[in-house]
Amino acid sequence: MLVHDESTGSTPRRDAALAALANVEPVAGVSKPDPIVIADKVVRQFGGLTAVDVDHVEIQRGSITALIGPNGAGKTTFFNLLTGFDKPNSGNWTFNGTELANVPPHKVARMGMVRTFQLTKALFRLSVMENMLLGAKHQIGESLLRAMLPSLWRKQEEANRLRAQELLTRFKLDAKQDDFAAALSGGQRKLLEMARALMVDPELVMLDEPMAGVNPALTQSLLGHIKDLREQGMTVLFVEHDMDMVRDISDWVIVMAEGKVVAEGQPDVVMSNPAVIDAYLGAHHDMSLEEQA
Amino acid sequence: MDFIFIFQQSISAAVGVNAIIFALAAIGLNMHFGYTGLLNFGQAGFLAVGAYTVATLVVSFDVSLWLAFLAGIGTSIILALLLGIPTLRLRADYLAIVTIATSEIIRQVARSVTMREYLGGSDGITGKFGAEFFDLNPFPNGLDTPLIRFTPNDLWVVLVGWTLVALFVFLNWVIMRSPWGRVIKGIREDEDAVRSLGKNVYLYKMQSLILGGIAGSVAGFVYAISRQSVQPDNYSTALTFFAYAVLILGGAARVFGPVVGSVIFWFLLVFIEQFFRQGMSANLIPDWLMNNNQVGSVRFILVGVALMLLMIYRPQGIFGDKKELALNARA
Repeated sequence: MLVHDESTGSTPRRDAALAALANVEPVAGVSKPDPIVIADKVVRQFGGLTAVDVDHVEIQRGSITALIGPNGAGKTTFFNLLTGFDKPNSGNWTFNGTELANVPPHKVARMGMVRTFQLTKALFRLSVMENMLLGAKHQIGESLLRAMLPSLWRKQEEANRLRAQELLTRFKLDAKQDDFAAALSGGQRKLLEMARALMVDPELVMLDEPMAGVNPALTQSLLGHIKDLREQGMTVLFVEHDMDMVRDISDWVIVMAEGKVVAEGQPDVVMSNPAVIDAYLGAHHDMSLEEQA
Repeated sequence: MDFIFIFQQSISAAVGVNAIIFALAAIGLNMHFGYTGLLNFGQAGFLAVGAYTVATLVVSFDVSLWLAFLAGIGTSIILALLLGIPTLRLRADYLAIVTIATSEIIRQVARSVTMREYLGGSDGITGKFGAEFFDLNPFPNGLDTPLIRFTPNDLWVVLVGWTLVALFVFLNWVIMRSPWGRVIKGIREDEDAVRSLGKNVYLYKMQSLILGGIAGSVAGFVYAISRQSVQPDNYSTALTFFAYAVLILGGAARVFGPVVGSVIFWFLLVFIEQFFRQGMSANLIPDWLMNNNQVGSVRFILVGVALMLLMIYRPQGIFGDKKELALNARA
């Protein structure tokens, strides 16, 4: 159910998120009124290359925050670190006040911080429904011994199936629920991955390039779904290259370049920040070649 | 040519002891490779551990056979843990390397001079260590019909053996259609995706390795008991690869795949062999083409050709779903 007003994009949750962030100073590393994630001095080096070197960053609860930056800025690596898929050389971060450094990825997900991947990871030879059911938490039948007694888990499985069906209907995948996930188009796989993440009951949804490879016809519906996550009380952090999309849906933008957070702020403020334009286009993009030489 | 004899031999092999051993070994591999995507190239090691634990405990330590079976399952679990703890966190190929090496280490240790006192060196262990099992045999006359023929001992092993196979197939069927099985299949497709959904992938892979290892060690029990002996060189890597052939022939990730694969594999192997031997004794095959000593190798060549044809025209195996196999090519 989409509740936002198409003309202005105004919704209660969006207004609340914007109001909360309105008076936050647009400075890299600034503190937010109600952060869900706080990261400090997170460093990840690959050999001699420092991929991530984030001094301090906070993600505001209930908002949609965009993480942007040129290729190689360390956005995905930062995602991997936050969700436990990669280990930092140093640094620590908290989610809802819980220390998360060295927590394995499956525990991070169980705490309510669920991610998707840049290259979609639909589980091909599982049906769309099986993909969804895999996301449900606390499944009795996932323990080997109890799996042998279907009477123990059948009822829970039914409830999960109903919930999955509702989500699939919302994401317009219900007609495909018995097909193999491999039979979906690229955009549908993105939708499935997002729907599947919602089965985990996340508080923070982290989307790594949700629009990559999605055809324009699906873009609007995908945008609507992301906005919907906020309306349902979730916090969204996403990596994206498409500036129009970032401007359209985000309440706050964080810019990374060469592993560091170089700027952050309200979308309009960030987009007009010279440091950001430099990061994207190169420091001397407005000079002629002679001047640069 | 005595076709009745050829079929009697082939059918007896198709439902015989070897078919049971390979069905069980392949059921284990199906759990590892077919469902979980674990490349275990050391299934022979699990069979060896099962067989040697039983034989050694009964012969050298005078333990009751039934306790020895329990111990055999215990040692296969220990082997699975030893293999899994260092490798299951790593990429899939590490498990392949470690398992193939470990199964060879087990074989070399078994045939070593140092361990000769307990494991019998290259001669292995022979003795009546299956006596407690055969004492229970209710069929003193065996089976002798035109199409199928078993000695009393073999008949008893075959009946108990197929019961075990049925038990493992049923267990396999039950757990693979549960949420547990869903996680296992998810891991085969993409373990990071499964991790991102809050599942402890490492734990599931370990459980899979243990379950398939237990099936392997039970295959080892059947191997040891049916022959009343264990020979180290029976547990070479060739055994693992035949078990893979059986699995792929029947269809991986299918409950009945390993069973059907094993039955067909052994039927073909014995049918081809007996066909040639009969043809030779009837002077239908000239000596310059093939002699009696070459039959053993030629049957493997022909089975190999048959497997190649199968891979070309039916790559999903007998039971597999071609559509599903095609999906594996990542789009």
